[in-house]
Amino acid sequence: MTDITKGAIAPTRSFLSQDAIQVFYRLLAALLICAVLAVLSDSFLSLGNVLNVLRQASLTFFIASGLTLVVLTAGLDLSVGANVALSACIAGTVIHKTGSPALGILTGLACGGIVGLLNGVMVTALRIPSFIATYGMLWVLNGLTYWYMAGETLHGFPAGFRQIGSGYLFGLPIPVYLLLVFLGIGTLLAQRTIWGQEIYAIGANPVAARLSGIPVARRLLLVYAVSGTMAGLASIIFLSRLNSAEADIGESLTLPAIAAVLIGGTSLFGGVGTVFGTFIGALILTLVLNGMNLLAVSANWQPLVTGIIVILAVWLDMKTRRRAQ
Amino acid sequence: MRETAVVSQPNPLQRIPGVAIVLVLLIALFGAIAPGFLSVANLSNVLVQSTILTMLALPMTLIIMTEGLDLSMGAVLTLTSLCVAIVSLATQSMLLGLGAGLLVGAAFGTVNGWLVAILGIPPFVATLGTLGMAQGLSLIVSDGQSVVGIPHSVRDIYSATLLGVPVPIVMALVTYAGFHTLLYHTRFGTYIFALGGNREALRYAGLSPNRLLIAVYAIGGAMAGIAGLLMTARMNSGHPTAGLGLEFDAIAAVAVGGTSFERGNGWLLGTLLGVISVGVLRNGLNLISLPSSVQVASVGVLVIVALFLDGLRSRA
Repeated sequence: MTDITKGAIAPTRSFLSQDAIQVFYRLLAALLICAVLAVLSDSFLSLGNVLNVLRQASLTFFIASGLTLVVLTAGLDLSVGANVALSACIAGTVIHKTGSPALGILTGLACGGIVGLLNGVMVTALRIPSFIATYGMLWVLNGLTYWYMAGETLHGFPAGFRQIGSGYLFGLPIPVYLLLVFLGIGTLLAQRTIWGQEIYAIGANPVAARLSGIPVARRLLLVYAVSGTMAGLASIIFLSRLNSAEADIGESLTLPAIAAVLIGGTSLFGGVGTVFGTFIGALILTLVLNGMNLLAVSANWQPLVTGIIVILAVWLDMKTRRRAQ
Repeated sequence: MRETAVVSQPNPLQRIPGVAIVLVLLIALFGAIAPGFLSVANLSNVLVQSTILTMLALPMTLIIMTEGLDLSMGAVLTLTSLCVAIVSLATQSMLLGLGAGLLVGAAFGTVNGWLVAILGIPPFVATLGTLGMAQGLSLIVSDGQSVVGIPHSVRDIYSATLLGVPVPIVMALVTYAGFHTLLYHTRFGTYIFALGGNREALRYAGLSPNRLLIAVYAIGGAMAGIAGLLMTARMNSGHPTAGLGLEFDAIAAVAVGGTSFERGNGWLLGTLLGVISVGVLRNGLNLISLPSSVQVASVGVLVIVALFLDGLRSRA
């Protein structure tokens, strides 16, 4: 672990072309799935279904994009789903109590961000392995949310607020525009800023990163806070889309988000991957689940398929990495 | 990389304070504030309710000693519990039900071990994937419904007594004795210490670390199968979400019990005390009528504190 030459090739331009090839393969896979589904199901290519897939993929992407940064540092955030649930319930309460969507949105983002920051503190200051720290956080958040909601459901939000998740602009769902914005921001941040390059460096080799003067702990704090804030953003969009909040809305979100990151080619071992890849990953996963839906496969099969996809994605990543070495 | 090949049983005097103090403090706290906590009926209730967790936490200790983790245990228990319910309902035979649960559990454990040992997938992701698979299979085999009408022979396991001791407690004690013997008095146990401490040494000794690792995970799955029988007997039905999250209580018990997540040494008696601590915490919070959500959150806090203290100790 202390070999400071590990991952010594800086993941700059020379690496980007490698990333581009990986993303290309995944785009091909997505197209292939589309072709198969178009043959198997008449309704797949209908406008309604295509928009539905895009909207669904963007919801997965919001959670997965922040998670990508965490995974790039060789960490993991298992608490994102539970974070979405707590943030949505708190933001929903604020909107109900104050009648102000803006205040609710800010509260949701802040709640998500604070949870992320706490994860970061556990990983950096307390030095608890990230997967177990965020797993503990998952149960703390679950408990808090169920206690706070006490079995109640919040529903009925202002029409303007509901537009965020369910409205359209020029024929496209509004979440799709948000997706493009955050895809752009995430890609610029990761590929074109020193901050982003430092994240790759930390993931590739934390010891070398520290020795070359990168403030590793501060960067990690920020990365976990960003992941939490993106979960907060996702909670707002869920709230607005579902027009209701319940304690259990986060339970089926974490595994798909992790699946999207891993399908997208981000390595669990850190330092390799892109936010754009995660977008493709979210798209592929959504296409598979949508296809099962169209082919009338019971929703009970979804966790099984997602679980298999997670394992396949990690295995493929490890195979390609081994061959590259 | 650790240099020592074999870590002997840790000095108990060094360890007992941590988990024992937690347990004594919890008992004192709830004895003072929770009415009826110290009654014999309630305390024996805590012990009976801790039996399922014991069956998960003991193999979890072995898995964590190999620097692994099994997040799928709760979901696998749910699936095996359903298998016990379905098979015993169809055949009216408790033993066939148990056999089905054991088989499915051991199969999942073997898959976990294979993913971790042969494919080299990090344990927490591999078992997160199989968690999804087991959860999905539970929904599929039960179609999302409870399985009711379990035969008496299964139900009676949870309520019967043997020489005045509830059968679940007898089963838990036998399990503990088995794991204690396995870990501290057999060659296999010594290898488990080496799997976490120094895997190279095993290879030099001509052993296959991979096969040993698969065996450790398979034991975990099989134990989830036996625990599944107890779960079905306790609930008098099979339910597709019965055991979800139980792996977290098991990890909590192991962490509180003083088994380290990074150093490959474990302590079974500590895990047992950890299981009772988690049971006391949940029971006490229940008695002062705090909802189960608060219990879940407080177990989460318990784990984080235990891991923090473990981190401090390992740096000291």
